[in-house]
Amino acid sequence: MTEICNCKGLASTISEYIDGELPPELCAELEKHMSECENCTIVVNTMRKTIDLYKQPEPTNPLPDEIKSRLYTRLHLEDYLNK
Amino acid sequence: MSEESLNNPNISLAALKAGDRAEFARLVDATSNHIYRLALKILRDPQDAEDVLQETYIKALRALPEFEGRSSLSTWLYRIAVNEALMGLRKRRLNLVPVDEDPEEEDAHPGMVLTDWCCLPEDELLSAESRQRLDQAVDELPETLRVVFMLRDMEGLSIRETAEMLGLTETAVKTRLLRARLNLRNQLSLYYAERLTEKSSE
Repeated sequence: MTEICNCKGLASTISEYIDGELPPELCAELEKHMSECENCTIVVNTMRKTIDLYKQPEPTNPLPDEIKSRLYTRLHLEDYLNK
Repeated sequence: MSEESLNNPNISLAALKAGDRAEFARLVDATSNHIYRLALKILRDPQDAEDVLQETYIKALRALPEFEGRSSLSTWLYRIAVNEALMGLRKRRLNLVPVDEDPEEEDAHPGMVLTDWCCLPEDELLSAESRQRLDQAVDELPETLRVVFMLRDMEGLSIRETAEMLGLTETAVKTRLLRARLNLRNQLSLYYAERLTEKSSE
């Protein structure tokens, strides 16, 4: 079964905490809370991981040929299309 | 990505300003794929993204005489592209009006799913199926949250740059970013919790 965490005070600060932008007093308070609350530690860790995953570069596909062709035509660069 | 990752193989600004077509073609070749992907991420529509792609270079050509090179060429181009894409969103009358507080603020902190899935191996976290789920989760965010998350966390802009780009206050950006991150964290937690359950029953 899925557990639900409701430590309300925490939610508003974790985003800035992860970015390293939380003022020192709040940061200390949050870290103290985390040392006592396993649930909040999980939330912080999984949020950090979530952001990391979205930062991973996607495998890149080249620009589709037809889009490239229309772009070069619009820009009057047809001569350079296959160079 | 961030604008720095736009592939920029030493394009000569002087040559571009002098109207060198070959140099312009090199710029287009080096940057067009990235700009198209960016527009597609913001607009989620291939036709709209293609329009942004074309307009970006047309605007860039027009603005080139005034460009003084204070930022890098790729940063400059990137900003034109993001602005074009945002304008595309506005044209679709989506809600990007600057507001400091959203009406649904009260629901900003829903209960949170508590599964620690950080231990899943990296190849599983970023499998083709997982990547699809990540994309889907971003796509399902409300427009106002999605654009902020994309610029800040996927494109690597700072809070201030994101605020400037969107005409929002930094506070509004932080609020929206938090809500986007909480939402995505929950979505991914639900998904990866299933993966963990499947793994343990194997």
